[in-house]
Amino acid sequence: MQPDFLATSLHIVAPELIMALGTMVLLMIGVFMGEKSAQTVTGLAVALLIITGLWLTLVAPDGAAFGGSIVLEPFARFMKVLVLIGSAVALVMSVGFTERERFDRFEFPVLVLLSTLGMMLMVSSGDLLTLYMGLELQSLAIYVLCSINRDSVRSTEAGVKYFVLGALSSGMLLYGASLIYGFTGQIDFKAISLVLTGEPGLGLIIGMVFLLAGLAFKISAVPFHMWTPDVYEGAPTPVTAFLAAAPKIAAMTLLLRFTIQAFGPLHDEWRQVIIFISLASMIFGSFAAIGQHNIKRLMAYSSIGHMGFALVGLSAGSVAGVRGVILYMTIYMAMTLGTFAVILSMRRRDGMVEEINDLAGLSKTNPVMALFLTFLMFSLAGVPPLAGFFAKYFVFMAAVEAGYYTLAVIGVLASAVGLYYYLRVVKVMWFDEPAGEFVPAAMELRVVVGAAALFIFPVYLLVGGPISAAAEAAARTLF
Amino acid sequence: MYPTIVLLPLVGFLVAGLFGRSIGVKASEYVTTGFLLVSMILSWIAFFSFGGETVRVSLLHWIQSGGVDLDWSLRIDRLTLVMLVVVTTVSALVHVYSIGYMHHDPHRPRFFAYLSFFTFSMLMLVTANNLVQMFFGWEGVGLASYLLIGFWYTRPSACAAAMKAFIVNRVGDFGFTLGIFGIFVLFGSVNFDTIFAGAAGMAAELGHAGEGATTAETVFTFAGTSFTAAGALTVICLLLFMGAMGKSAQIGLHTWLPDAMEGPTPVSALIHAATMVTAGVFMLARMSPLFELSPTALGFVTFIGGTTAIFAATVGLVQNDIKRVIAYSTCSQLGYMFVALGVGSYGAAIFHLFTHAFFKALLFLGAGAVIHAVSDEQDMRKMGGLRKHIPITYWMMIVGTLALTGFPLTSGYYSKDAIIESAFVSHNAFAMYGFVMTVVAALLTSFYSWRLIFMTFHGKPRASAEVMHHVHESPMVMLVPLGVLALGAIFAGLVFTGRFIGSGYEAFWNAALYTGPENEVLHEMHGIPFLIGILPFLMMLIGFAVAWFFYIRSPSTPRSLAERYPGLYRFLLNKWYFDELYDRVFVRPAKRLGRFLWKTGDGTVIDGLGPDGVSARVVDIAGRVIRLQSGYIYHYAFAMLIGVVLLVTWMTVAGAN
Repeated sequence: MQPDFLATSLHIVAPELIMALGTMVLLMIGVFMGEKSAQTVTGLAVALLIITGLWLTLVAPDGAAFGGSIVLEPFARFMKVLVLIGSAVALVMSVGFTERERFDRFEFPVLVLLSTLGMMLMVSSGDLLTLYMGLELQSLAIYVLCSINRDSVRSTEAGVKYFVLGALSSGMLLYGASLIYGFTGQIDFKAISLVLTGEPGLGLIIGMVFLLAGLAFKISAVPFHMWTPDVYEGAPTPVTAFLAAAPKIAAMTLLLRFTIQAFGPLHDEWRQVIIFISLASMIFGSFAAIGQHNIKRLMAYSSIGHMGFALVGLSAGSVAGVRGVILYMTIYMAMTLGTFAVILSMRRRDGMVEEINDLAGLSKTNPVMALFLTFLMFSLAGVPPLAGFFAKYFVFMAAVEAGYYTLAVIGVLASAVGLYYYLRVVKVMWFDEPAGEFVPAAMELRVVVGAAALFIFPVYLLVGGPISAAAEAAARTLF
Repeated sequence: MYPTIVLLPLVGFLVAGLFGRSIGVKASEYVTTGFLLVSMILSWIAFFSFGGETVRVSLLHWIQSGGVDLDWSLRIDRLTLVMLVVVTTVSALVHVYSIGYMHHDPHRPRFFAYLSFFTFSMLMLVTANNLVQMFFGWEGVGLASYLLIGFWYTRPSACAAAMKAFIVNRVGDFGFTLGIFGIFVLFGSVNFDTIFAGAAGMAAELGHAGEGATTAETVFTFAGTSFTAAGALTVICLLLFMGAMGKSAQIGLHTWLPDAMEGPTPVSALIHAATMVTAGVFMLARMSPLFELSPTALGFVTFIGGTTAIFAATVGLVQNDIKRVIAYSTCSQLGYMFVALGVGSYGAAIFHLFTHAFFKALLFLGAGAVIHAVSDEQDMRKMGGLRKHIPITYWMMIVGTLALTGFPLTSGYYSKDAIIESAFVSHNAFAMYGFVMTVVAALLTSFYSWRLIFMTFHGKPRASAEVMHHVHESPMVMLVPLGVLALGAIFAGLVFTGRFIGSGYEAFWNAALYTGPENEVLHEMHGIPFLIGILPFLMMLIGFAVAWFFYIRSPSTPRSLAERYPGLYRFLLNKWYFDELYDRVFVRPAKRLGRFLWKTGDGTVIDGLGPDGVSARVVDIAGRVIRLQSGYIYHYAFAMLIGVVLLVTWMTVAGAN
C-alpha cells in the first residue's frame, strides 16, 4: 500500500479507530479497577462517544477508505451521529439502574461501545465483507449484553434465543452474500451495481433474498421478528433500551445502502421483498401489540410495526423515500429512547415493574411524567402535530408519489389499529385509579424523558426543516 | 330608535345569560327588566309618533347566493308597531311580575335570560323585512318556548311538554318553509316589498282574466301536481297557514299548547297567551296581499278558525286545572282571530290580538297570583272561597273575565263583536259557519270563564286548613303589572276601536294591511241588523247565568249532568281524544320505527358490522397472532425459514413471468 493512500484511509476511519482504541483502554481500566469501576467506565464511555461524534462531524473527511471497503459521506455521517446519540443516551439511562439493581458491571459500557463500533462499520460499509464484519461485531456484543444478567433465567434465555436465531440469520446473510459474489464476481457495492445490467439470473435473485432476510432479522421485520418480543422482555431493561434504538438505525442504514447502492438497478425485484415484509410488519405489529400486558413486549411489537412503516419509504426507492426513512429512524429513536426512559423509571419500593397496568393513575401521582409519556404515545401512534405524525407522513407521501397507493392505504389502516394500544396506555394513565406510586425517577431519566418529549413536540416543529434538509442531503449521496 | 327597541332585549339576554352567575340574581333581574321597560317606552313613543310611511332600517347585509339576496333590516309599519307595543308591554310587565313570582327559584338569571331572548326573537319576527328573517324569529321564539316550558327540567312532565311543543311546531314549520320556498319560486324573492309588488301584478292579471279562465300556464309543480298562478297561490297560502296553525295552536296542531302550561305561569302569560301564539295571526296579516288573492285559502282559514274556537271552548268547559282552562280559552280566542282573517277582516283580527294580549295576560298572571296564594295548587276543585283572602287578585280576575267574555265597553267587547259581525257580513264560503261557531263559542266562553271565577273564588273553601291558613295576597311587584294590564283590558278597546276597525282605519293602517277591491267587510259591518249586533252580549249573559246556576245556586247539577251523559263528558274531558289519536297514529309508530332503527339498524347492523364487529375481529386476530409467539426457539427458526422460502418462491414465480 502507498503511504499516502494509507494516510487518507486512516483519516477517514479515524472515528472508528478512536472508538476501538478507547474501548480497549476502558476495558483495561475496568479490568484493573475491578467491579467498582462500572460508574467510571460508563462515564468515560459516554465521553468517548461524544468525542467520536465530534471528531466525526468536525474533523473526519468524506471519502472511501481501503479501496472502497469503508465509505464516509453525508449519509453515513448522519446515520453514525444517530447511532452515537442512541448509544450514548442508552448508556446515560443505565446509570441509575446499575446502581439500584446490582447491575454494576463495567462490561456493560464496554460491550455497548464494541457494539457501537460494529454499527459504525455497518453504516460505513462499502462492500459485502465490511457489511458482515460490522454486523457480527455489533451482534456478538449484543448477544452477550442480553444475557449479562447471568443470575436471571429470562435474561439468559433471551441471550441464547437471540444468539441462536442471530446465527441462523447470519448464515442466511452469508449464503446470500456468497451467491451474489458468485453471480457478479464483485463484493463492492458500487461494482455490483455496475455489473447488474439486463435480466438478473435466478441465483442472483435468491442471493439477494437471503441477504435481505439476514438484514430484515436485524431490524426485526416480519417474518424474521420472532426473537424480538422475547428478547425485549427478557433482557435487562437498559439493554432493551439500547437494543431498540441504535442497532435498528445501523441495520436500516445497511438495508438502505445495500438496496439502493448495490441493487439499485434491480429495484423492481427487491421492492417486492421490501413491500412484503413492510406490509407484514405493519399489520402484524399493530395486531399483536393489542394483546400485550407487559410494556416491554408492547414496545417490541411497536418497533416491529414501526420498521414496517419505515420500509414503506424504502419501497418507493426514491430520494424522497430514503429521506423519509432517515427522518423516520431519527424520530423513532427519540420516541423509543424517551419511552424506555419512562419504563426505567417504573420502580416501586420493592423493585422494578413492567406491566402496563402499573402505570394506572400516573397522571395523579406524577403528572409531568404522565404528560410526557402521553406525548410519546401519541407520537408513536402518529397523531398530529407530534413528530411521529410527520415521520409517517413523509414515508406515506413518498409511497403515494411513487404510485404505491395500496401500500400507503394499508399503512394508514394499520396505524389506525395501532392507535388502539397506544391509547390504552394513555387511558390507563389518565383514567384508571392510581395503583401505587413510583419512587422518584433518577435525574438522568427525567432529563431523557423531558428531552425526548419536548423534541417530538414542540421542538420538532421548529427544527424539522433543518433536519429534513440534512436528511435530504444525506439521501442524495446514496444515489 | 327602532334598532334599540329590538336589540335591548338581546343585550339583556346576553348579560343575564353569560354573566348571570357572576353579577348575581338581583342584577340579572334588574338589567333584563330595565332594558325591557326602556324598550316598552320607546315602542309606545314610536307607536304614537309614527308618520304613516313604511320605514325600512337596514342593519347589515346577510346572505347573497344566486338569486337570494337578504338583508337584516327592520320593516316598520303600523302592523309592526302594534306588535311592538303588544310584545314589549306584556313582556316588560311579565318581567316585573316574575321578579315576585319566581322569588324562590334558584335559577332566576337563566329564567330572565330566556325571557329576554324570547322577547328579542319575537321582536325580530315582527320587524322582519323578509320571510327568512321572519323565519329566524319564528324559530327563535320556538326555541325560547321550548326552553321555558322545560325550565323546570327536573320534572319529567315539563321535559315531555317541551319536546311536544317543539316537535308539533316542527310539523307546522315544515309547511311554513315549503311556503317560503314556493314564494321564492313564484316571485323570485323572499323580500316583502318584491312579494307584495308581485302579488299586486298577479292580482291585476287574475282580475283581467277572470279566475281560472285563461292563465292556464303552469308556474309551479308541488307534490306531483301542476298549478296555474291562482292554484299556486292557494297552495302557498295553505302551506304558510300550516305554519301558522302550528305556532298558533289551531285544531290539529293544538295539542302542545295545553301541555305547555307545565312552564312557569309568567311564561304562559307571555308566550302562550299574549305574544308567540299570535305569531301565526301576525304572519297571515302580514301576508294579506297574498291571501286576498286566494278565496279558497281564506275559506279554509275561516273553517279552521271556527272549528278551533268551538272545539277549544267545549274542552275548556270541563277542565279542572285553572291554567288549562285559560290555555283552552287562548286556543279558542286564536280561533276567533283566524275567523277574522279568513273573512278578510284583518283589522279586526289584529285588534282582537291586541286586546286579547291584555286581558289574557291579565288572566294568566292573575291565575299565577292565585296559584302563588294557595301553595302551588292548580286544581280548581281544591280552591274555592278565595275572594275574601285575596280581594285585589279577585277583582283583577273579574276584569279579565269581563273583557274575555265581551262585557260592553271592555276591550273584548269591541274586538270580539267586530269579528262576529264581520263573519256575518262576509261572502266567504265558510263565513256563515264561522259566524255560528263564534257565536256559540261566545256562550261557552262566558260559561267556562265564570265557572273558573266561581270555582276559585266563591263557595266554601275546599283546600286544607293548612293551605287556607297560608293564603296571602301577592306582593306589590306582582300586583302592579296586574293593575296595568287591567287598565289595558278595560280601555284598550274604547280608545283604539276607531283606529283599528272604525273610521280611522285607512289613516291608521295606511296599507300595512291589504284588502282586495271586492273586500267590503268593514263597511258592511256597520249595517248589520240590531239582533245580530246584540247576539254576542246575549250569549254572554246566558253563559253567565248558567255558570251561576251550576256553581253557586245548585252545585250538584254539574255532577248529575256528567253522570247522565258520561260519554259526552269523557269526550270533552279527554280533549276530543286528540292526544290518544296522535299517540296511536304518529307517536307509537314513530317510536317503533325509531326502536327498530336503533336496535336492529344501528345496534345490530351498523355497530355489529362496523365498530363493534371490526374491533371484535381485531381482538380475534390479535389473539391468534399472539398464539404464534410460542417461545420455542425452533418455532421461531421455522418461521424464518418459511419466510425465506416464501419469498424465494414468490420471486422465482414472479421472475418467471
